[in-house]
Amino acid sequence: MSDFLLDNAFVKVERCENSATVHLAGDWIIDNAVAIDSLMASVKLAAGDNPMFDCSAIGALDTTGAVLIRRFSDGCEHSDGAPLVNIQARHTKLLEVISCSPPPVSTEPDQIAWYLLPLLQAGTATVGAFRSGGRLLGFLGLVLMRLMGALFDLGRVRLVPVVHQMEVIGLQSMGIVGLISFLIGAVMVNQGAIQLAKFGADIFVIDMLGIGHLRELGILLTAIIIAGRSGSAFTAQIGSMVLHEEVDAMKTLGMDPIDVLVLPRLMAITICLPLLAFYADVVGVAGGALMAWIQLDITPANFLIYFREVITIDHYWVGIIKAPFFAAVIATTGCYNGLRVQGSADDLGARTTRSVVQSIFLVIVLDALFAIFFTSVGL
Amino acid sequence: MADHLTDDIVVKVRGLKTAFGPHVVHDGLDMDLRRGEIQGIVGGSGTGKSVLLKAIIGLIKPVSGRIEIGGKSRSDMTDEEDRLSRRDWGVLFQDGALFSSLTVAQNVQVPLREHFHMPQDLMDDLAISKLTMAGFPLDAAAKFPSDLSGGMRKRASLARALALDPQLLFLDEPTAGLDPIGAAAFDGLVHELCKSLGLTVFLVTHDLDTLVRVCDRIAVLGDQKILINAPLEEVMAFDHPWVQEYFHGPRARAAGIKENG
Repeated sequence: MSDFLLDNAFVKVERCENSATVHLAGDWIIDNAVAIDSLMASVKLAAGDNPMFDCSAIGALDTTGAVLIRRFSDGCEHSDGAPLVNIQARHTKLLEVISCSPPPVSTEPDQIAWYLLPLLQAGTATVGAFRSGGRLLGFLGLVLMRLMGALFDLGRVRLVPVVHQMEVIGLQSMGIVGLISFLIGAVMVNQGAIQLAKFGADIFVIDMLGIGHLRELGILLTAIIIAGRSGSAFTAQIGSMVLHEEVDAMKTLGMDPIDVLVLPRLMAITICLPLLAFYADVVGVAGGALMAWIQLDITPANFLIYFREVITIDHYWVGIIKAPFFAAVIATTGCYNGLRVQGSADDLGARTTRSVVQSIFLVIVLDALFAIFFTSVGL
Repeated sequence: MADHLTDDIVVKVRGLKTAFGPHVVHDGLDMDLRRGEIQGIVGGSGTGKSVLLKAIIGLIKPVSGRIEIGGKSRSDMTDEEDRLSRRDWGVLFQDGALFSSLTVAQNVQVPLREHFHMPQDLMDDLAISKLTMAGFPLDAAAKFPSDLSGGMRKRASLARALALDPQLLFLDEPTAGLDPIGAAAFDGLVHELCKSLGLTVFLVTHDLDTLVRVCDRIAVLGDQKILINAPLEEVMAFDHPWVQEYFHGPRARAAGIKENG
């Protein structure tokens, strides 16, 4: 007396007096895995206690199928996994490979409960910020030490990389720096003139342009462009060298990575940023002059006469003196983050992003400190 | 070993020509890969072993010639057929090529996720089974590839190559960078797995030990062609300066190859 409790292409469950036999049939291969796996619950229910698995009618079998058979047999109520019977000769090896069920282990990195996650993130971020601030300061000190050493021992300065970096950082960014400065100068005059015209004071737009652009905007914009353009490049270049163990190779060859990688970049950017800032000042004022000519009918000659009258050289110096400091911040952050890359391509990306964010942030903070300083000394 | 040398050809390469610009790598190369065999490929550096592998799996487009896999020519396949045919083979790249942002187990699940919609617990079970098969220590299944040693990365990568139950396995220098004991263990693993799963293997290697221990047939690349493709004894007797140097040099003797064996 027997009947089929469950009957489909892959599994037939046959129930006798007190035990059940599960007949496996069809192709137990990866293409059918999803369909077979979805039968598991109903098979378990139909088979009850102490079933046997009859493998004689299985067609093709691959390792995925073997894993599924093992899952079925482990899943059923049986003291030590349900036995497999009538295994075909061609399947024995495969079933042997998969026979023992592996212990359950996690396949994903450990995760904590969602409600603790914000706390954890806030904590890690705070600690991380202090740590990285400290490390950055330490790195700055190290770089300055090496720089002082290099100044007393000029043979250590690598001139060719310095010149190469100057080309990449300075010369090749003149286009974008010039364009942005020109537009900002023009926009400042354009917008300023509209507002100041309400007081009949539109001539003061030149004061505004001179002070605003020379003191703050020219250098700040240049520094931000260079931070985005060259700071990120520093991190990516040095970081990929770290990933390929090139930096380790350098150390074993007796070359100091700070001398080889950081100092040329630091020197090049410190030379280039003031020059670029000067260039940005000139182009920005030119943009403003052009807009003044178009919008307010102030000829360039008149513009220059008035500009020389109201804008003292102090404004220019206040702007330009900040450039080497910004340069040092950008180079240090970029190189520091590059050298701290570890492990994977993921980390390189994260470090590059962080480098740009950090250097722009630091440049703006430094600019604010300078503004306070110059106001209090009355410049 | 001659008992499983069949004439059932899985991969058939005819008149293959590959080139990078003016530099011709292969010209008029013919090769057959027989079902169930472990086919070793040797050749000096720069003879295009890896290029041949990449041409067969479709990463490099040949200049001319026919490559048939399972009786179908690669050049006649539609994009969809080409995508589906990729399920039929697994590739173990030289340095593992694991995805660095995923854990080892997730790496093994990538092909499953891409081609099927399986429940997560089945995928976990499959990933762990494949990792066990590849001899990967399971407590490290949730680690990231960057935390693993070279040998573990190879095993993880082998598990990923086996994820879709391929019939055809391409191994690019599987033992390069492993210590001799690790390499021997990996050789043994490959041999055992391939024989018990009935896989056909295309194995590029420099390692004489691997050739002797694992391969059923050895093809020697040189002069832009396959010089000879035969079992070890015949290849050793083949009269070509590079082949003689390779199989009868001091390293060959160290690998246990007997003179005039």
